[in-house]
Amino acid sequence: MQTYDLGAQGLRGLNSALHALKGQTNMTAWEIVNPKGSHAIAAGVDAPIDITVRGSTGYYCGGMNKQATIRIVGSAGPGVAENMMSGTVIIDGDASQYAGATGRGGLLVIKGNASSRCGISMKGIDIVVHGNIGHMSAFMAQSGNLVVLGDAGEALGDSLYEARMFVRGNVKSLGTDCIEKEMRPEHFKILEDLLKRGEADAKAKPEQFRRYGSARKLYTFNIDNASDY
Amino acid sequence: MCGIVGLFLKDPKLEPKLGAMLTDMLITMTDRGPDSAGIAIYGRPVKGRAKLTVQSGQPEVDFKNLAKDLSKAVGSPVKAQIKNTHVVLDVPAKKLDAARAAVTKLRPNCKVMSSGDSIEIFKEVGLPKDVAARFSVPKMSGTHGIGHTRMATESAVTTMGAHPFSTGADQCLVHNGSLSNHNSVRRDLKRAGMTFETENDTEVAAAFISHKLQEGEKLGDAMEATLTDLDGFFTFVVGTHNGFGVVRDPIACKPAVMAETDQYVAFGSEYRALVNLPGIDKARVWEPEPATVYFWER
Repeated sequence: MQTYDLGAQGLRGLNSALHALKGQTNMTAWEIVNPKGSHAIAAGVDAPIDITVRGSTGYYCGGMNKQATIRIVGSAGPGVAENMMSGTVIIDGDASQYAGATGRGGLLVIKGNASSRCGISMKGIDIVVHGNIGHMSAFMAQSGNLVVLGDAGEALGDSLYEARMFVRGNVKSLGTDCIEKEMRPEHFKILEDLLKRGEADAKAKPEQFRRYGSARKLYTFNIDNASDY
Repeated sequence: MCGIVGLFLKDPKLEPKLGAMLTDMLITMTDRGPDSAGIAIYGRPVKGRAKLTVQSGQPEVDFKNLAKDLSKAVGSPVKAQIKNTHVVLDVPAKKLDAARAAVTKLRPNCKVMSSGDSIEIFKEVGLPKDVAARFSVPKMSGTHGIGHTRMATESAVTTMGAHPFSTGADQCLVHNGSLSNHNSVRRDLKRAGMTFETENDTEVAAAFISHKLQEGEKLGDAMEATLTDLDGFFTFVVGTHNGFGVVRDPIACKPAVMAETDQYVAFGSEYRALVNLPGIDKARVWEPEPATVYFWER
């Protein structure tokens, strides 16, 4: 176990050490203490390692992550796991705005609530939120899955492409071109797997969710929809 | 960007440390805005007395004999405490308006930063650590306070363009964001009798709330009205003689984190600003909801 005191040793030292780990390494377990809301903690990691951050983080924790499993024992600031490529980011507390934005792969788990713009422009990432999500979530989401055990705020999935959204609670309003869709057998399967990997299978069952997706009227340009663009 | 901090104390034992706590919080936010910094501190009011905080670009000239000249002008003894480019004038409460008018007449180059029973505002161009040190803010005690570090977008980097803006007795406002309809709102407010010192968008927001309060509206309603009448991006933190309020625009791009314990309610643009507060590990920490008014009054 490598323990790194962010308060004493600084962010540059941490991220340089993590970026130096390429491919196989024997330094597979990292613990970061005293994060105190610092920015860009463990951003840009590209190695199959386990990182535990003991405390709350600031902007862009775990951004661009590849392969690593990053657990935040606290809450996360804006842009957590932004543009994640693969691996897993798990937040024990809440996440601030645009969690998982533009993520291309991997799994983001938020055990508390996520605020506005969760999964904005997501492109393949899977996101599981145990609590609620704020307004404009999954705006222009292109692919991947967003699972929400609680409620969703205003304008869910506005201008959506092909991402899937599964919400158990209430949806305050759907964004333009976002509609409810039927749950088919393959969706129950996807959801069962995501709930399990998102450490939420003890809290929720796939049949409790509704599925939302694109009506596909907006992104195929149609002159009659010009006023909606 | 801009960085905002705020602290509303519930536990009187912390009051001697208000200035130190708020300074520490504001320094953490330095990299959100290095242009200028300001702090409003609300002290315990003294019955029958009021305070004017006055700024000058030439303090050695303007502050010389100011207490004496002002005492003569208002016909009552005035005490002056000079702090760098600012002077806090302790005047009889009944003569606050007369003293304010007399100061601008006696010293036309001076600017009034704040007036009221309990508020003192100190602001200058520079980094939070330097601005706080110039005015010995860490030594100040008080019941609540607001700090701001500015990254200028809408108007020049000057002392008067720094936050907090005070447009009414014991009132102040700080802002992270930018307003797009401030010129038209300023015109309306001018017609309604409000006066302005700058071309700054935030001053319009401050005057908008002060005007509503003058018309007899409650703080919560005045803040609610910003959501319909002000267009743009904003997280506002507002101070009054007995309270402290927060409101974010409906899009809520501008960050905000709050923490509450039995001892205090704290605001920060980022969680970093709150990490050294006592008992933060056990505090209730949350993000204020968009288009929702929060306020605490004693």
